[in-house]
Amino acid sequence: MNVRSTITSMFETVAREQQRQLAVLNDDLKLLESGLDSLSFALIVARLEDTLGYDPFESAESFPVTFGDFVRLYESSRP
Amino acid sequence: MTLWESLVRSDGRPSGALSDATRTVRLAELVEGSFLCGPREALRNRSVVLAIRDPLTAALAMIELDGTVRRMVLCPAGVASEHMPHVARTADADAWVSDAAGEPPSIPVAVQTEAVRVLRPCARDRAKSRETEWVLLTSGTTGAPKLVLHTLSSLISAFAGRPEELSPGRVWSTFYDVRRYGGLQILLRALLAGSLVLPDPEESIPAFLGRVAAAGVTHISGTPSHWRKALMTGAAETIAPAYVRLSGEIADQGILDALRAAFPRAVIAHAFASTEAGVAFEVQDVKAGFPEALIGRPEHGVELDVSRGTLRIRSPGNAQRYLGDSPALKDEDGFVNTGDRLELREGRYYFMGRTGGVINVGGLKVHPEEVEAVINAHPAVRMSLVRARRNPITGAIVTADVVLESPQPDTHSAASETLRENILESCRKALAAYKVPAMIRFVPSLELSASGKLVRRDA
Repeated sequence: MNVRSTITSMFETVAREQQRQLAVLNDDLKLLESGLDSLSFALIVARLEDTLGYDPFESAESFPVTFGDFVRLYESSRP
Repeated sequence: MTLWESLVRSDGRPSGALSDATRTVRLAELVEGSFLCGPREALRNRSVVLAIRDPLTAALAMIELDGTVRRMVLCPAGVASEHMPHVARTADADAWVSDAAGEPPSIPVAVQTEAVRVLRPCARDRAKSRETEWVLLTSGTTGAPKLVLHTLSSLISAFAGRPEELSPGRVWSTFYDVRRYGGLQILLRALLAGSLVLPDPEESIPAFLGRVAAAGVTHISGTPSHWRKALMTGAAETIAPAYVRLSGEIADQGILDALRAAFPRAVIAHAFASTEAGVAFEVQDVKAGFPEALIGRPEHGVELDVSRGTLRIRSPGNAQRYLGDSPALKDEDGFVNTGDRLELREGRYYFMGRTGGVINVGGLKVHPEEVEAVINAHPAVRMSLVRARRNPITGAIVTADVVLESPQPDTHSAASETLRENILESCRKALAAYKVPAMIRFVPSLELSASGKLVRRDA
């Protein structure tokens, strides 16, 4: 599975678990308007670290704002 | 000196203003009027619970009541109604101030007053004044808040009488609730010199930051979690503060670098403060941790000490004591043990989590024992260990290592997954979302100490 589809399914899983209404995931979607809260993002980032083996936030220059930024951050940080 | 006396100028009027999303109140309005109904004399010398929903109304009540009442209890947003009788009784409350949306008295009180949004003309005698006890709430082990006793002088000790901290013209703002220690520090700084833009509980972060930008805020504070959230909105860059402050949680290098990038010209300061210990220090070098040299060298009366790897603080900013039957707030040397563990590496101390294992999830405290009790109640579980795992969004999240009654041969089999999901489901039923483990790991055993206790090491 590529990085984007891993991330997409992680968003969907966590949204379901946290009982949150997830917006349609496209690259322009602002993360804060995705329907997820901080805790959901914390869970997504932790589980992506377990699945993908890295945490791009450790060396991130800036925080992602949109879903597209989020995916690019993971794609560009791939070891 | 009362708060009012500290904020009036030589002409007997205060300068400065407080604003929120819907209104701006000039402090000078308080010279001829009041936002409290009924005769203030009825509240004199009483122990008053401020159960006011609106933060700006609460801030005005604090200014009006300091120097008049014996004690005031600041109730931040989010204190559960079920805890209010405990709070009121522990504070020996005999008076209650709320606003339209505020909490009604939870115990019988002699005086009940409403705080309103429209100024009422009233004359007042400010000549008779007394020292008021300020009581702040902080989360306790059982979920019920602890009541922490301060005075105005302990609350303002980090900046009172220090002109470099109180240059006029500063426009302050904070993500904090002004009834919590971190927010109250900013409110009091702003009252003594400057003005304050308060967040509105109902407002989105971009809308709040829009007001911050429009008001020309120069100094702004929040927890690392507040700042991460603000950066994720993409609206953080619309503000141009000269000073950005972080406190209340460990500031890691990631958030410091992100704030440096977002605000290249601002001073990025991270401070250590707690409700009990007060403000200990502030570091402006945009590096995680703090220089070793700060330990053992008192500055402005603040003494820092590291004892068995844990930070202790003795300072004029320390709270006096807890109210009620909580344990002593200070040790026999007069230090407040912060419970924050430190590690020294190359001349710098780094925060390594808390003793007693309290996990800080985005500013919310989780006691591992509470989560373990829920997991251990599951019939398939023999024992469990709940720990913190570092997280770039909330600082930490909760994880659990679980020993099963009958170990699963394959911890990734479908049967294991079902069991894992089953245990998580019982956690979701019994616990707030931030306390539910983000992941459960099945382990063959857990390490016990010589005294038979679980060995707790924080991640």
